[in-house]
Amino acid sequence: MTMKLAKTIAIALTAVAGFAGTAMGAGAAKHPMQMEWSFEGPTGTYDLASAQRGWQIYKNVCSACHSLKYFRFRNLAELGYEEDMIKAWAAEYTVVDGVDDAGDPKERNGLPQDAFPSPFPNPEAAAASNGGAVPPDLSLIAKARHDGPNYLYSLLTGYEDAPADHEAPAGKSYNPYFPGGNISMAPPLMEGIVEYEDGTAATEEQMAKDVVNFLMYVAEPKLEARHHMGLNVLLYLLVLVVVLYFSMKKIWKPVKEGKNFYKK
Amino acid sequence: MAEWIDAKPKNKAAAWLEERLPVIGLVNNVVGVDTPTPRNLNYWWNFGSLAGLMLVVQIISGIVLAMHYTPNTLMAFDSVERIMRDVNYGWLIRYMHANGASFFFIAVYIHILRGLYYGSYKAPREVLWMLGLVIFLLMMATAFMGYVLPWGQMSFWGATVITNLFSAIPVVGDSIVTLLWGGFSVDNPTLNRFFSLHYLLPFVIAGVVILHIWAKKVSDSGNPLGIDVKSSADQIPFHPFYTVKDAFGAAVFFAIFATFLFYMPNALGHPDNYIPADPLVTPGSIVPEWYFLPFYAILRSITFDIGIPFTDVVIIPAKLLGVIAMFAAILVLFFLPWLDRSKVRSGKFRPMFRWFFWFLVIDMVVLTIVGGKKPEGIWPVIGLIGTAYYFAHFLVVLPLLAKFEKTLPLPESIANPVVKAAE
Repeated sequence: MTMKLAKTIAIALTAVAGFAGTAMGAGAAKHPMQMEWSFEGPTGTYDLASAQRGWQIYKNVCSACHSLKYFRFRNLAELGYEEDMIKAWAAEYTVVDGVDDAGDPKERNGLPQDAFPSPFPNPEAAAASNGGAVPPDLSLIAKARHDGPNYLYSLLTGYEDAPADHEAPAGKSYNPYFPGGNISMAPPLMEGIVEYEDGTAATEEQMAKDVVNFLMYVAEPKLEARHHMGLNVLLYLLVLVVVLYFSMKKIWKPVKEGKNFYKK
Repeated sequence: MAEWIDAKPKNKAAAWLEERLPVIGLVNNVVGVDTPTPRNLNYWWNFGSLAGLMLVVQIISGIVLAMHYTPNTLMAFDSVERIMRDVNYGWLIRYMHANGASFFFIAVYIHILRGLYYGSYKAPREVLWMLGLVIFLLMMATAFMGYVLPWGQMSFWGATVITNLFSAIPVVGDSIVTLLWGGFSVDNPTLNRFFSLHYLLPFVIAGVVILHIWAKKVSDSGNPLGIDVKSSADQIPFHPFYTVKDAFGAAVFFAIFATFLFYMPNALGHPDNYIPADPLVTPGSIVPEWYFLPFYAILRSITFDIGIPFTDVVIIPAKLLGVIAMFAAILVLFFLPWLDRSKVRSGKFRPMFRWFFWFLVIDMVVLTIVGGKKPEGIWPVIGLIGTAYYFAHFLVVLPLLAKFEKTLPLPESIANPVVKAAE
């Protein structure tokens, strides 16, 4: 009976998850390439070396147009960077913080607790510099698209010449993974656009993979803690299930034997 | 009706208090852990207490979230991200609350289906059944408003679509929508009142749950055989037998819940809700959470007006008809005790009813799928057939079955088959 019930529930849940999946898969865009990621699966962790390279890509390439408003410099410590280095990076930026005695906006160098500064003062300025399209903030992008990591990887490596029957409007590039095919972002990753500090060859695929690892980390910084706690919780519940099952069997024995508990 | 039994606590302090304020007696008479309960309840009876547990999970996690959340259109999304990133174990609390809503609905849906199969709505349990439906309606309102709070794209556009439904109501519709919005579009006043109500309604639910449990105590639990308790041999004390069985079921259920919470926390959500609300950009498709999909499918299945044939006179426009159908899909359940007049409660002894029960379950699954699809191609047709079948089940099939179905002979008592099965 227990097995049967568990099976029924499992089937129901799979069905529900399936519907949620199909409900999201709308749009005419090409299905993303399916890559393997270190953060997938119940024991998944971040590939820190790759995420560090991804941070280098973000800092040198993406940050020209894309903000990262929920990411603070201090979060870089979790990627394995030393405090001195983080302070130095933060100090490269100027941030506005309050007003001085004359009431004028006060500027100072960035500190580790500051969020990564946006490249544009406001969305209008962002749109004006980018042919009318506002480059989205990337803090949550890996979770804000269906099949996020695979989608981002496919998008970054998927630029190609438009097919004969497809005409991309002026200022747009053709990318089959983007809904509608016409994307405002020009191909961002050219081989050798950065020189990796760790000496890894900066191919387009390598850079795309690294930046996805970084952006997934930014979108879901507590993933490793979550996986770790989940394992403990499930182990605990498993033991509890076994203990309660046998307690139940023992307690229920007189009932199964037909005892009447109300006979005086 | 069960008679009121005064509690006589042995503890002196308790007895002193009981004489002045009989709270122990009150709790015993309303809930009563040692209530005589049918001895043959199967695992499908676990889902009531599971739903209660999920309500507790939601209230506790929700109260903590409310300590960190800011109900303001400019700050709501940011405050949720702050919870996810900077609040200690904030990610745990938020994922628990978001997935907890889904698991609350899973428990309640199974609980309702159990009631449908075993005829738990029949006399003398009509009020018990209807209180359950009130809880279900309150849950739907609460869940809908809760989904608006993170102020993502799906929050905003879901709120826009659903609140706009009320504009279909003749004469007062537009005023109702203005009242819901607190203005002339979904905006900050909407978010504020939804937050207020989202915090209030769970406690209203808790109140109705107490009435629901009290009604169960008064009319006794039903049981899988659907026959009345004949003697004390049919019963066992609720505690420790059903407490331990409920605890075992809860541990299994929580293990599945934890699997979602820790390993696929976003599987039941929509990625668009990680994009901040933007009134100027409509998402590609606006889909509600999975637990609303069957009702969403019913709402969208009606695409025709009802009018006087061969004239242009429209009596009920399609939009209003869709809204009526959606609400009627739940309201019809309130009349179930009088639509199904079969004397036999349990589906176990109703060979034809059993088939139709499973047809209804399949129909609900089909409607869930349809609700998640864009209303294009074949889907609206399937949706309309599914909707028609849903209502036919309650309004045609059940009344006819009561008349023509040949039911199987009922067992003599609960105790006998139980004893036999144990040998």
